[in-house]
Amino acid sequence: MKTLSSKAAAAVEKARSEGRAALIGYLPAGFPDVPTTIEAALAMAANGVDLIEIGIPYSDPVMDGRVIQDATVQALAAGFTVPQIFDVVRGITSATDVPVLVMTYWNPVMRMGVREFASRLAEAGGAGLITPDLIPDEAAEWMAVSDEFGLDRVFLVAPSTSPARMRSTVEASRGFVYGVSVMGITGARTSVGAAARAVVDDAHAAGAERVCVGLGVSSAAQVAEIARYADGVIVGTALVAALRDGGVPAVAALCKDLSTGTGKNPS
Amino acid sequence: MTHQHTGGRASEPAAEIDGDAAAAFLSHEGRPESLRHAPGPYFGDYGGRWMPESLIAALDELQETFEAAKADPEFTAQVAELNATYAGRPSLLTEAKSFAAHAGGVRVFLKREDLNHTGSHKINNVLGQALLAKRMGKTRVIAETGAGQHGVASATAAALLGLECVVYMGAEDTRRQALNVARMQLLGAEVIPVTNGSQTLKDAINDALRDWVANVDTTHYLLGTAAGAHPFPAMVRYFHEVIGEEARAQILEQTGKLPDAVCACVGGGSNAIGIFHGFLDDPSVRLYGFEAGGDGVESGRHAATITLGRPGVLHGARSYLMQDEYGQTMESHSISAGLDYPGVGPEHAYLADIGRASYEPVTDREAMDAFKLLCRTEGIIPAIETAHALGGALKVGQRLAADLAPGEQPGDKVIIVNLSGRGDKDVATAAEYFDLLPDDSAEQEIAKEGEQL
Repeated sequence: MKTLSSKAAAAVEKARSEGRAALIGYLPAGFPDVPTTIEAALAMAANGVDLIEIGIPYSDPVMDGRVIQDATVQALAAGFTVPQIFDVVRGITSATDVPVLVMTYWNPVMRMGVREFASRLAEAGGAGLITPDLIPDEAAEWMAVSDEFGLDRVFLVAPSTSPARMRSTVEASRGFVYGVSVMGITGARTSVGAAARAVVDDAHAAGAERVCVGLGVSSAAQVAEIARYADGVIVGTALVAALRDGGVPAVAALCKDLSTGTGKNPS
Repeated sequence: MTHQHTGGRASEPAAEIDGDAAAAFLSHEGRPESLRHAPGPYFGDYGGRWMPESLIAALDELQETFEAAKADPEFTAQVAELNATYAGRPSLLTEAKSFAAHAGGVRVFLKREDLNHTGSHKINNVLGQALLAKRMGKTRVIAETGAGQHGVASATAAALLGLECVVYMGAEDTRRQALNVARMQLLGAEVIPVTNGSQTLKDAINDALRDWVANVDTTHYLLGTAAGAHPFPAMVRYFHEVIGEEARAQILEQTGKLPDAVCACVGGGSNAIGIFHGFLDDPSVRLYGFEAGGDGVESGRHAATITLGRPGVLHGARSYLMQDEYGQTMESHSISAGLDYPGVGPEHAYLADIGRASYEPVTDREAMDAFKLLCRTEGIIPAIETAHALGGALKVGQRLAADLAPGEQPGDKVIIVNLSGRGDKDVATAAEYFDLLPDDSAEQEIAKEGEQL
C-alpha cells in the first residue's frame, strides 16, 4: 500500500496522531441539490469529520440499501449529471482542507473515459476514488491513471475475501482499505458483527497500514466500538437520513455526536 | 482462447456488420482456430468480473464447482437424464413449409424449444444450475424474471430438487403477469415485487444481487441469461449448447447438409448463444441475432443493445449497453418483456465485433406480424420474444432468395429458427394487440394496463 502523497492517508494519520480513529462521512452528490451537498459537506468538516466521501448517483447502485437508493434516485430525477461531481468537489475543497474522496460505481467513469475523469477530479482538488464495483483485477487502467494524477484508490475487502485476495487488494490500494463490516448492502444496522473486526485484523495482517470500516454504522456507540480496532469509521446511511429529515443542521449535529466516539482510549 | 483483455479500450459500436468483418472471420485472420467452448472470463474485450468484492468468493466457488462438474461423468449423466426424462429433450426440428412461402420460398426449420417442459429453452439452464447449487450445499436459489418465464423455470427446478426459491420481479410486471406469479407460487416459490428504480428486469437483477450479497452462504443466484459476471456467461451457454448440438445433427439428418442461416432472438442472449454454439465453427452458416427494435430504433424506444449501444459495464460484465452520455443505464422498451433488457451477453458482443454473427433490430410490428403468420400458417403460437426471430427470418429468407447463384432454387436454401418459447403466456398481449377482446371485457381492462400482460 503506497503512502506517497496520499490525501486520504494524511487525514487518517492526522487522526491517529491525535489518538483517534478517523471519522469519514458519506453523502450523495445532488441530494437534494448541488449547493446543499456542498453546504452539508462543509458542515461535516466543521463538526469532526476527517474525510468526506461524496457519492455519484447512479442508475444501478447494487451495493446500496433503500435510504441511499431513494436519495440518489431523487438526485437523478432532479437533473444531477455526472460532471457536476467536479463542481461539488471543487466547492468543498475550495472551502476546507478536509480531503474529498468520490465514491462511484464504475460505468460512469468508463463512459467519460478513466483518464478524463481522473484529470478533472484531480483538477477539482479531489483526493481519489472509492470503487464499490471495481476490483483490482479489472482496474489496470485506473491503477495507471491514478498513479499519473496522484489520486487515492480505495478498494473494498469483505468478510468473504480470501487471504490471497486480501493481500492483492491491500497491495493495490492507496489511502486506505475499505473494510466491509458485514455481508450485505449499505444501511443502518443495530450492531456491526464480529466479522468487521476479523476483516480489519486480516487486512492489517496482509500489510494494510490503514483500514477503515463501513456499512451499517449509524451511532456514536458503534463508532466507539469500531474505533478500538480500526483506523477509521465510515458513516453513510445515517447521515443521508439526517439530511433528508433535518437538513444541514441535522447533519452537523449527527457528526458532532459521532465524533465523540472516535477516541482510541476512551476513559 | 488466446485473446487478452485490453482493459478499458473503447471499441467502436458494432452497428451493421460489414463485409470486411465477415471476410476477416472467414479467413480466420486474428482469431483462434475454434470459437466453440470459449471458457471466459473474457470474450475479446468483453466479459470479466465488474462486481463487488463481497461476491467474488461466491463466483470463485461457482466457477470451481462448475469446472469440476463438467469433468464429472456423474454430473453430465445427471443433466442428460433430466433433459431426457423431465425436460423432454431432444426437442423436435419441425419444417415450417407454409410459413416458408413468406420467406422467399427458402426452407425454414423450427427448433422446437417451445415443446420443453415449462414451455421454453429456459429449463436447460435452470436444471443445470440447480444441480450445481446442490453440489455447493446451498439450500436456497434466487432468480430474476421479466415476463415470468425464467422465474417459472427456476421455481420448477427448485421444486424438483427440493430447494427454497425466491424470485425478484418488477412490481409492474407482477401486476401485468398475475397468472405467472400464481404459477410460481403454486410451485412453492416466493415472488418479491421490486419497487426500486424503473421497476423492470434490470432492477429485479439489482435486488437479486443485493439479496445474494447478504445471503451468499446459503444461496445460489440462478441467473437466467448468458450475461453477468464470470462464470455465468460461459456456464449458461454450456447448459444451452444442447440446443445447437441437437439442431446441427437434426438438420444434417433431415436435409443432408448444414443450414445457410441460423436465426434467434436476443435479449440477454441465452437461447441465441445456445443454438449459435453448434454452428460457430461452420463458416458457411451465417448466424443472425434479432434484437427488440420496439417502436423502431430511430424512436429511442427499443432494446437494440448491440445495434445502438456502447461498451460499458452492468451487472458484472463488460458488454454493449444502452446508456446515456453520462454512463447511466437507459430504459429499454419492447412489446416483449423477455427482451426488454438494456444489456446483452458478452459473448454476443464479441461475436458481433469479429463479424461472426450479425445483429439486427426487429420492431414490435414486424414481430407481431410474424407472430400472427406462424399461428395461421403452422398452428404454432410462439412467444413474442421468439416472434422477433421469426420476423428476422422472413427477411433473411427473402434476402437469400434474392441472391441466388445461377441454377440455384430458393428451396436449396435452408434456415433454422430457434423457436425459443411458446406463446401461451402472451395470449392476452396478442389479443389486445390484434384487437380480439370485446370492448369493456375484463381481459381488455387488464391488457390495457401495460404493454405486456
